[in-house]
Amino acid sequence: MKIRLIFFGILALALVIASYFSEYLCPYDPYLQDLGNAKAVPSAAHIFGTDRYGRDMLSRVIVGSKTSIYSTLLLVAFITVLGTMIGVFCAWKGTWVDTVLMRISDVFLAFPGLVFALAVAAALGGGVHNAIIALGAISWPKYARVARSETLAQKETVYLRAAKLSGCGTWKLIFKHILPNITGPILVTAMLDIGTMMMELAGLSFLGLGAKPPVAEWGSMMSDTRNLLTTHPWVTLAPGCAIFVSVMIFNLLGDTVRDWLDPRNGR
Amino acid sequence: MSVVLAAEHLTKTFVSQGRENYTAVDDVSFSVESGEKLGIIGESGSGKTTVVNMITRLLDVSSGTIRLDGEDITLKKGKELKEVYKKMQMVFQTPTESFDPRRKLGDGIAESLINYGMKKKEAMVKAGQLLELCGLEKEYAARYPHEVSGGQCQRAAIARAIAIDPRLLILDEATSALDVTIQKEILELLDKLKTERNMTYLFICHDIALVQQFCDRVLVMHQGKIVEEGTPDEVIRNPKTEYTRRLIESVL
Repeated sequence: MKIRLIFFGILALALVIASYFSEYLCPYDPYLQDLGNAKAVPSAAHIFGTDRYGRDMLSRVIVGSKTSIYSTLLLVAFITVLGTMIGVFCAWKGTWVDTVLMRISDVFLAFPGLVFALAVAAALGGGVHNAIIALGAISWPKYARVARSETLAQKETVYLRAAKLSGCGTWKLIFKHILPNITGPILVTAMLDIGTMMMELAGLSFLGLGAKPPVAEWGSMMSDTRNLLTTHPWVTLAPGCAIFVSVMIFNLLGDTVRDWLDPRNGR
Repeated sequence: MSVVLAAEHLTKTFVSQGRENYTAVDDVSFSVESGEKLGIIGESGSGKTTVVNMITRLLDVSSGTIRLDGEDITLKKGKELKEVYKKMQMVFQTPTESFDPRRKLGDGIAESLINYGMKKKEAMVKAGQLLELCGLEKEYAARYPHEVSGGQCQRAAIARAIAIDPRLLILDEATSALDVTIQKEILELLDKLKTERNMTYLFICHDIALVQQFCDRVLVMHQGKIVEEGTPDEVIRNPKTEYTRRLIESVL
């Protein structure tokens, strides 16, 4: 168990670090066009071949990781914080505020997410930032739900009443007692969501509502090259595989963290 | 002697949609004198805990007044309520659950001291002293609640409750979750603290034998009402109601 956690943790960390230093890792300039060498077959010089402008695919995939992975992490962090804040607030306040916010979250949960994100992203215009806002707007309800039910459970505990008697005000009760006790489940939700969010962000980019060419981003790179799929499959497969591998690493890490935090695994 | 706590016509009615209103506590009045050990007994569901929750303001009253040291605290909130808790503290039935599972016992004990203005360092030292006063080594401050036994945890809970020198200590079934020998030790500790610190106790219990051993005066609660009042010996020797008689017989 612990070995699995360390293994996937290191893999994910390596991915994040690699994406941070991506500019120094790529063998060629990812934006340098070489039309004489366009659509080259994978070779020792260009492991993933080149795209229709002769740009080295390996370099583009490596640089693309920065946009893809960083936007995803930013997005997940953003919705985790936002959703938790809303959930805790609802559970603490109760009354009609809770009812209204929870019905709104029901609407979001009942609606097909990507369709809604498409509408929001289209309204805001393209760009990675707007794609993050669009996905954030549709994905906070899941976190709000988790945070709300966990907070409600904590509210009933004896220790919280004891803390109240010790003179803790509302803020102290929430920040010192409730939040530390509900981070586990929220963290697991967030970890398991990284993969999904990466896919959805790539999906939006693929549909032209995320990163704009020539910015290297895996989803938009696939979209960019999709009409070459039958003749030059490697240009599409390279970013596709990159998405596949990173989504899998983050999902497996999420699974491992969930198992690790599960009290029944008898640590 | 002065009255520390006075409850006047306390009533709690739980209103829930689609069901009949349920009156858990019905017009209960009593007072606790300074230095007294007042017991409240009754079976589960008799309303003892509801009374205590109203007194500690963890539950709003439906009607009635609560006075602490002559001051009406029935509707106090926020900062004013914080001042009230300086004078009144409580020990809960389940010791282990009354401490935050993610924080050490010492943090729990020092919490009120810090909240009432003591510096963290001083508070931690004081927490250690309080643990020693309650019969534990001060090293227990560094333990987590699940790492100590129920009896040890209850000692820590008492240390926490007396940290800010309250006048009134409410013990809500504080010994019920413990085995008999530990129960006795805890009661001895409470007696010791009472003489040292001139405390007043409100002792909620369902065990009439314990009440006889520990309390100066006892109230018997049944279906939300006080049905009997007197010294434990009076009540046990000469029960006035059928309910009290059954309660006594169940022990013997």
